[in-house]
Amino acid sequence: MIVITGATLPDGTSSDLAIEGGRFVDVAGKGAGSRVIDATGLVVLPGLVDLHTHLREPGFEQSETVLTGSRAAAAGGFTAVHAMANTSPVADTAGVVEQVQSLGDQHGYVTVRPVGAVTVGLGGERLSEIGAMAGSRARVRVFSDDGKCVSDALLMRRALEYVKTFGGVIAQHSQEPRLTEDAQMNEGAVSAELGLAGWPAVAEESIIARDVLLAQHVGARLHVCHVSTAGSVDVVRWAKARGIHVTAEVTPHHLLLTDELARSYDSRYKVNPPLRRDEDVQALRVALADGTIDIVATDHAPHPAESKQCAWDEASFGMVGLESALSIVQLAMVDTGLIGWADVASILSRKPAEIGRLAGYDAAFVPGSPANLTLYDATVSHVFGLEDLRGKGTNSPYLGRELPGRVIATIHNGYPTVLEGELVDAAEVALAAQAARSSREMSQA
Amino acid sequence: MTARTVLQPADITRALTRISHEILESNREWLDTVVLGIPTRGVVLAQRIGATMVSAADLPIAVGSLDVTMYRDDLARNPTRAPGRTAVPAGGIDGKLVILVDDVLYSGRTIRAALDALSAIGRPRYVRLATLVDRGHRELPIRPDFVGKNLPTTEGERINVRLLEIDGVEEVTIES
Amino acid sequence: MKHLLSTKDLDRDTAVGILDVAEDMADVATREMKKLPTLRGKTVINLFFEDSTRTRTSFEVAAKRLSADLINFTAKGSSVSKGEGLKDTAQTLAAMGADAVVVRHSASGAAQVLAESKWIDASILNAGDGTHEHPTQALLDAFTMRKRLHGEASRGRDLAGLRVTIVGDILHSRVARSNVWLLNTLGASVNLVAPATLLPSNTTGWPVTIGYDLDESIDADPDVVMMLRIQAERMHAAFFPNPREYSRQWGLDDERLSRLRPDTMVMHPGPMVRGLEISAGAADSSRSTVLEQVANGVSVRMAVLYLLLAGAAES
Repeated sequence: MIVITGATLPDGTSSDLAIEGGRFVDVAGKGAGSRVIDATGLVVLPGLVDLHTHLREPGFEQSETVLTGSRAAAAGGFTAVHAMANTSPVADTAGVVEQVQSLGDQHGYVTVRPVGAVTVGLGGERLSEIGAMAGSRARVRVFSDDGKCVSDALLMRRALEYVKTFGGVIAQHSQEPRLTEDAQMNEGAVSAELGLAGWPAVAEESIIARDVLLAQHVGARLHVCHVSTAGSVDVVRWAKARGIHVTAEVTPHHLLLTDELARSYDSRYKVNPPLRRDEDVQALRVALADGTIDIVATDHAPHPAESKQCAWDEASFGMVGLESALSIVQLAMVDTGLIGWADVASILSRKPAEIGRLAGYDAAFVPGSPANLTLYDATVSHVFGLEDLRGKGTNSPYLGRELPGRVIATIHNGYPTVLEGELVDAAEVALAAQAARSSREMSQA
Repeated sequence: MTARTVLQPADITRALTRISHEILESNREWLDTVVLGIPTRGVVLAQRIGATMVSAADLPIAVGSLDVTMYRDDLARNPTRAPGRTAVPAGGIDGKLVILVDDVLYSGRTIRAALDALSAIGRPRYVRLATLVDRGHRELPIRPDFVGKNLPTTEGERINVRLLEIDGVEEVTIES
Repeated sequence: MKHLLSTKDLDRDTAVGILDVAEDMADVATREMKKLPTLRGKTVINLFFEDSTRTRTSFEVAAKRLSADLINFTAKGSSVSKGEGLKDTAQTLAAMGADAVVVRHSASGAAQVLAESKWIDASILNAGDGTHEHPTQALLDAFTMRKRLHGEASRGRDLAGLRVTIVGDILHSRVARSNVWLLNTLGASVNLVAPATLLPSNTTGWPVTIGYDLDESIDADPDVVMMLRIQAERMHAAFFPNPREYSRQWGLDDERLSRLRPDTMVMHPGPMVRGLEISAGAADSSRSTVLEQVANGVSVRMAVLYLLLAGAAES
């Protein structure tokens, strides 16, 4: 039994919350014998859901593991992450997705939802065993070749059609491959000056335009990963106006950072899709606020230090983002007055869960629904440092920046994973997770 | 910080004229003479000495400049300085009498560098040294052949040579 | 000056100062004794991740004329593998006590990454980084132009009023980028001419005029025509249909040469592909500065090494 007192709900009202048996329960009369968390002055948000995380396991454990990535997620206030398929072996069979999911269950910091590959080995040639993954214990609903674009139009059409069978969605990494050969950064004034090969906006926009038309044609659901340009926003807005079933995500870094940062040749700013112009950043913020872009997803992409300690061309693409996501959303969207905390709850929890068909996030804080929440202090700020990074990756673009906010506590399925701003010990979390699983199984039996 | 004038314009002219005649008198072999000033003020002094010598004697006398920056042994101890100009008269210096001219002779390190610089340009018959002021405190076995004025100083003092062509005034002062 | 990474961050006085020191260095080259003792005891390392015999040799001659100890460290094809090369090599060179590292790398920004890293404390001299900059090439080009214009009276002067046309693969040219910034700083005006495929799609902020028609630029009577090399790998990547068409539209042939004033300078950073971007007649004409550029390269690199290494370390 946990009782949380005095927290401010996303809608601005204040309420006490009680948790028992992994679920929210009626708070009336609770208190005796409970762990009481005084949340006065804190915002309580539903547990955050990331639709776009790279956990790297299996295959790239030097970058991240399911455990270290789960800890980074919990520290950032997340209770569920969708693990991208570009592991080794690629998550293109039921075996791999079940393995990743069960690792997540064991560690217990967050719910790990595997994303299945659209094509075998991300090769872009043959569909992977999408049906088998959907029917496996992992019940995969999101399919993506993220890191690569499903550029073959016919293959994309087939994938969109095929996942309709079980209500799945294709999450497309929109990048026309020929237009982005050797691309290093946004193509524009800065790339011209720096002599870095350009990644033009049109390479993203043209694929999104094609895909929304395909989705319309076959009547399927499309999710657009990490939208990064003003032009892409226009295309998505147009598609939604036509009633096409398209959802879109934006990363925290695309809401804040621009290609000017590449002038340092500091490869922490090298990411795919690349950081764009300030006009794009502003357009993305507006689109997120008006609902054209549905959600924020981190594209958390940890890399070992050596793949960033080199010349820009030779560095890997990607940034870690789980630990800083909520702070960046506050900085770029809330503190600028574009959205409120109720919107944050929607774009970082309810809607990503809905897109991923993840149950339990549709009625936050309501007695009977799973107890996933994060307590967030939006009033503090501090210089973001290495000690804030809890995964293996240190490739954060925010190191040394002053960021607002701090996650004080995270509760996943009724048990705490973060308390007083610190991660709960791994063994304790694993035990709590096991207990929660068995009580669920008992109640089902 | 107080400055005291030790040479007036007339003193400077008198000193340079005397040096010019001493150089001529010392040139017993009637050798072609090249007067090389060390930038910045040594170059002006060399021009004046050269002009006086030409008007007093019917000898081939050429004037030039010799920059020693690249040959200094204290480069790494000071901020980078832009080198001065080296201009060797057309006939070169081989077999000639070379007069090195500097404004103030102090540690002797500039002259050491000048001798190195000179050896990269050619092989004179004789090299002599003329200086307007010798303030002492030599760190190397170098002595002047022609001196305008000996000024005993302490190491903390500073000698300022100002010449009309460069500074707009003409004087030598001691600051202490 | 601690590093030389690009010409973009050189101001006019600094640039003219480098050219003036280079004049002194050029004087030394005319003497029988071409060596100066200035950098005795300093260690200069030529760190070339990319082959370039010309540039490497030019720096080698420059360093040796200043009596520095010069070590060639050719990283290409050695144990240095992609991705880990820069950091490990830099740390190795730091441990060897390098005072300056002359670095050539295929990645844009490599020199800046070295200079800003904590891996090595030496002065970093960019000898060409990817398609970004090649500052000593631009400095020697400016030196060559100034010398042709002003001869013995070059010291202290810039290139005010000079009209320079740069022709060819601007998009991939570090020489063009370095020249654009430096020429502008020195008061010259720059006209770029190339097929649209070989120009950056966005040149906002470049102090240049841009054209596609070489004949138009030639008829505008430029003071300098600088031809850039067309690299073999561009010919197969659809930047233009074929070498013949390129040559016809953007090559400096004998006919175009004849329309230039007798004192218009024809420059090329080398190595030239005769018959493609430049005809043999143009390359060998009295307008051509190609061999002066090579000689001036040594003087300019001596000047830069002197300015980076001779003085006390700046705090």
